[in-house]
Amino acid sequence: MVKELICIVCPQGCHLTVEEEKEYQVSGHRCARGVAYGRSEAMNPTRVLTSTVCVRSARHPRCPVKTSQPIPKKDLFRAMALLDDIVLDLPVHRGDVVVKNILGHPADIIATRDIT
Amino acid sequence: MADPYQMLVIGGGPAGLGAAISAKENGLSRILVVERDLELGGILNQCVHNGFGLHYFGEELTGPEYAGRMTGRLEGSGIEILCDTMVLSIHPGQDVHRVCLMSACSGYRCLDTETIVLAMGCRERTRGAIGIPGTRAAGILTAGTAQRYVNMEGYMVGKRVIVLGSGDIGLIMARRMTLEGAKVLACVEIMPFSGGLARNIVQCLDDYGIPLLLSHTITEIGGRSRVERVTVQQVDASLQPVEGTERYFDVDTVLLSVGLIPENELTREAGIAMDPRTGGPLVFENKETSIRGIFACGNVLQVHDLVDYVTEESEEAGKAAAAYVLGKATAAFAPPADRIIDVTPGKGIACVIPQKIRLDRLEEKIRFFFRVSEPSKTPKRVMLGDGERVAASFRRPWMAPGEMEHIKVDRSTLQEMQGEILLLTIED
Repeated sequence: MVKELICIVCPQGCHLTVEEEKEYQVSGHRCARGVAYGRSEAMNPTRVLTSTVCVRSARHPRCPVKTSQPIPKKDLFRAMALLDDIVLDLPVHRGDVVVKNILGHPADIIATRDIT
Repeated sequence: MADPYQMLVIGGGPAGLGAAISAKENGLSRILVVERDLELGGILNQCVHNGFGLHYFGEELTGPEYAGRMTGRLEGSGIEILCDTMVLSIHPGQDVHRVCLMSACSGYRCLDTETIVLAMGCRERTRGAIGIPGTRAAGILTAGTAQRYVNMEGYMVGKRVIVLGSGDIGLIMARRMTLEGAKVLACVEIMPFSGGLARNIVQCLDDYGIPLLLSHTITEIGGRSRVERVTVQQVDASLQPVEGTERYFDVDTVLLSVGLIPENELTREAGIAMDPRTGGPLVFENKETSIRGIFACGNVLQVHDLVDYVTEESEEAGKAAAAYVLGKATAAFAPPADRIIDVTPGKGIACVIPQKIRLDRLEEKIRFFFRVSEPSKTPKRVMLGDGERVAASFRRPWMAPGEMEHIKVDRSTLQEMQGEILLLTIED
């Protein structure tokens, strides 16, 4: 099967073609990251999840967070559900680990801003 | 009155911070940044998604991380910051300009400054601006307002959502609302193409199975106290709704992502010349406006797709403003510009920045940023020239108005051009 994809690694948005029969050969890319994206998107799509968690702070009730690396697309909603119960105390620093190894993946949930 | 500032920056978002930091690095010491919000960072603070910084920092950051990188550079810089303060007016002068501002703690006062950097950003068009018929029910918000409620204040704004307009903020919010448990029924776009980045269509709509209805628009919003139902209709080539194509969506929330307007009230009142195409001030090659010593950068100048380019543009403005202040002292600066060339958008081009260049002030290379007026799927050639000679050109397999492009030209090439007008066009 031939998959037509738009590369989402950067805002250029290259139009990629991935040929499954030819060992996931990628064409249409403008850089090596496009090849990596095309292959992984066809085999096991992953995304960086970004969201917010609750903070005990009057001025900043929410702290933005993200996964430290992409997680499988199919796990995004399960990861979101885990964030519902989290409440952080001050101070929070950019890069603080909020959840270690989310859903057993190598990725952590980390804070993306300082709240002091 | 105290000594004038060397630079007063209006707006503490990415543009204002970039300009202030760059001015500091280029030799200015008395710099003030005025921000109306309680903290610096501007709209980046509510953009919790990632995709920022790939170009400028070489890594993928979220909005708050990008803002954190920028504010981190302020530490120890001596740049003064005034938050929770609103600039009310700009009064251009001969050598110093005056800026009048208001804050809860200090009241009304006026400050003098040698240069001003306009970095007020842009704001969203609202329902009033596009005039959708229907009731005045609750639940109709701009996508950016919803983004602030959800991401910063911690309020969910609805359960069943329709998004009007496929600009980037609308796409991002379609995903955000979905992840937070809402059902996004559709994203409706009046044009036959999306104004958002291709990557956002993929990762915000396609990933979650949200349909994108091109050449459609909302023609009626119904509901008494809260939105209950919207009517969506297909539009014809002249963007008029087609009878008999009505579809109904039972939703409690309408998010609007129908364009951004550079926020230029201060600019206009100060008498600075504007470009109706960009909605921002006309600028010279160094981001200086029609009034000497007043510069502009970021979304107040032209609406950008990428904050990375905002940072680059504002660094150029900050550097130019520093050169202006320091050059004045040596009196070597500001020789009469012998030749001013107007850069004009021609066939297929919607707008271009800068609109004017002073040949004798150019650096080695200059970049012109532009948007095409409609998308093309066939290869096109972008050309900058004086009608006979071509100063620069490049080919692209496809182009879209949603993605800002630029063309780079050498100073020496520009000096060979004839006449007072350079035309930027698209050819097959």
